[in-house]
Amino acid sequence: MNEPNRLLLSGDEAIALAARHAGVALGAGYPGTPSTEILEHFSELGGHAQWSPNEKVALEVTIGAAFGGARALCTMKHVGLNVASDPLFTAAYTGVTGALIVVSADDPGMASSQNEQDNRRYAVAAGVPMLEPSDSQEAYDFMFAAIEMSERWKIPVLFRVTTRVCHSYTVVQPRAANGAPRPPSFERDIRGRVMIPAYARPAHRRLRQKLTELQEWNETSPLNHIVEGGASLGIITSGISFMHVREAAPEARVLKLGFTHPLPMKKIAQFAKGVARCVAIEEGDPYLVEAIRATGIPVEGKADMYRFGELDVPRVRRILNNDLSPEPAKPPGKPPQLCDACQYRIVFESLRKQDCIVAGDIGCYTLGVLQPFEAIDSCVCMGASLGVGLGLRHVLPPDQARRVVSVIGDSTFVHSGISGLVEMVYNPPPNGHVLIILDNSTTAMTGHQEHPGTGRTLEHEPTGKVVLENLARSLGIRRVHVVEPRAATGEFERLLKDCLESNELAVIIARRPCILIAKQLKQYEEARCECDAPQPASVPAA
Amino acid sequence: MTKVTNIVVAGLGGQGVLKGTDILADVALRAGYDVKKSEIKGMSQRGGSVTGEVRFGKHVFSPMVSAGEADYLLVFEPTQVDPHRYMLRPSGVLITPDNVPTDQLPNKKTLNVALLGALSAHLPMAEAQWLAALRAGFAETFFEGNHKAFLIGRLGQEAEARSPGL
Repeated sequence: MNEPNRLLLSGDEAIALAARHAGVALGAGYPGTPSTEILEHFSELGGHAQWSPNEKVALEVTIGAAFGGARALCTMKHVGLNVASDPLFTAAYTGVTGALIVVSADDPGMASSQNEQDNRRYAVAAGVPMLEPSDSQEAYDFMFAAIEMSERWKIPVLFRVTTRVCHSYTVVQPRAANGAPRPPSFERDIRGRVMIPAYARPAHRRLRQKLTELQEWNETSPLNHIVEGGASLGIITSGISFMHVREAAPEARVLKLGFTHPLPMKKIAQFAKGVARCVAIEEGDPYLVEAIRATGIPVEGKADMYRFGELDVPRVRRILNNDLSPEPAKPPGKPPQLCDACQYRIVFESLRKQDCIVAGDIGCYTLGVLQPFEAIDSCVCMGASLGVGLGLRHVLPPDQARRVVSVIGDSTFVHSGISGLVEMVYNPPPNGHVLIILDNSTTAMTGHQEHPGTGRTLEHEPTGKVVLENLARSLGIRRVHVVEPRAATGEFERLLKDCLESNELAVIIARRPCILIAKQLKQYEEARCECDAPQPASVPAA
Repeated sequence: MTKVTNIVVAGLGGQGVLKGTDILADVALRAGYDVKKSEIKGMSQRGGSVTGEVRFGKHVFSPMVSAGEADYLLVFEPTQVDPHRYMLRPSGVLITPDNVPTDQLPNKKTLNVALLGALSAHLPMAEAQWLAALRAGFAETFFEGNHKAFLIGRLGQEAEARSPGL
């Protein structure tokens, strides 16, 4: 058992290693648990990795790379694919020249997310093939398969993983690299890539033809396999659920699907026919159950109570036993909180004191909703603080409207708050509005990644910097304040009060680097001064 | 299916729970077992509860330890014993800072390694494999302190196991 090249890798690390071994030329994404480590690891392995301002841009950049003939990797968490769905749907039409792998890291159970949407639905909606690994070895192997598939059918491939696949460490044996990628080169294909209606109509037909071929290929694909077992119980499953199934029902015959869109329906029908009882075990939505039943194959699913949260071995046992009794509640652990010395504490104390109605956003600072602050009134999605705050301002009676504040972090602001700021300027509420940008010079929640507002690349090297106050001023906002929130000075609170009472549009940038990385930030800054890096020509004119 | 050993490591953010889990998984890998390690990151990084799980054996399927099926529960912080006790099987072994003569440790930060030492007395992996994992898992300058802490934990537990009535 002591093979020399056994590695214990997380699913994220395995994806990165495979991408490196398979010659992926460019990886782009936006940080998001549980996907963040893929690009970080890819970069550590020497790959070209970049953080984009958001997932939509990341996907567009990788579409461009794949149009240029390269192998490209785009990573994001499940909700990131909502942001990137616009390019995804049409990239399915255009197809790609090189390879394009889109990793969607779903978070059933919401370990660190605002919803538990099941992105297998996106494969169907966009019409792209989907692979679902169940451990790190498969994450590694399936990346090669995804690249081969993407190049053969010239189509983006959705690589769907979940928290337990991303963050569990399992043994991986790397293999020799597959065929070397072709050197990127531009080939003009106007009808294939310019999606005006006249060219998009045949493109849609081409897409459906590809999916028909892919489905046929999937019937005999090595990405699906059968674990032999008794004929009394057959289980159809995919992803991490397969692992729980093998333990909960070692006697069962199992059809383990790795290539889950378009589904190999003939294979599934044959499997179902060969067993007395056929059950589909899947986390989240009844994706397999609905698709299989729609073709007339009788298959049992899970009770609705198991749709919520992750599956595990005991829950799979319960599903198989049709056990609908209440599940034992897990004792609560200690909840997370804002760090003791976090500068945002002062901000939330001030918001609380002034009885503000706070449209919040996604990041560490969402913890301002918990005790002792309880100073956030909404949190919907990345960037929503702007729009939600403005909407409230427009309809609430003046005494309430004047207390509405939008609060957003620096990375989230760059991700999707900028359009909201433009909305604020374009459709200002009658009594103005106040935006607070909590600028701690990093993407703290996901583990301190860089973003365009830090002026450093994914590898912490100096690059063009979006200066938030300049950007706000360039939009014509007169009240733009930069302040360092400090305890006991009352400065922040006074400023907030002034802005609220001004009835004008105001942006307060509460700036102080995250205390958890203050030391590293200082080192980066010193390195920046020493090398006196020439500014790239593309520095934003903000 | 041959026996899989289930270990849960629990504590608070910043206590070295994930590092301890890493070392444990590495030892099992070095000993030639199939290993799976699971941890939940994200919100837990902000001072909340942190839990790591390691399973090893001839063949391991699920990366998660089921409630009531942990053979060993390693807890770094007394307040975290009760919230995690439900993971332990009835005959399972609970290891807490009480099992380690903490006053003898080279420094407080080595508590996680001392607890691994206490755990090691119950597991089949050789001492040399543990030391190799400790050497690989920390910067060289920390090895001596960790080595000492590991032995304090390991020997203390062995002595406890030998003494009748405990």
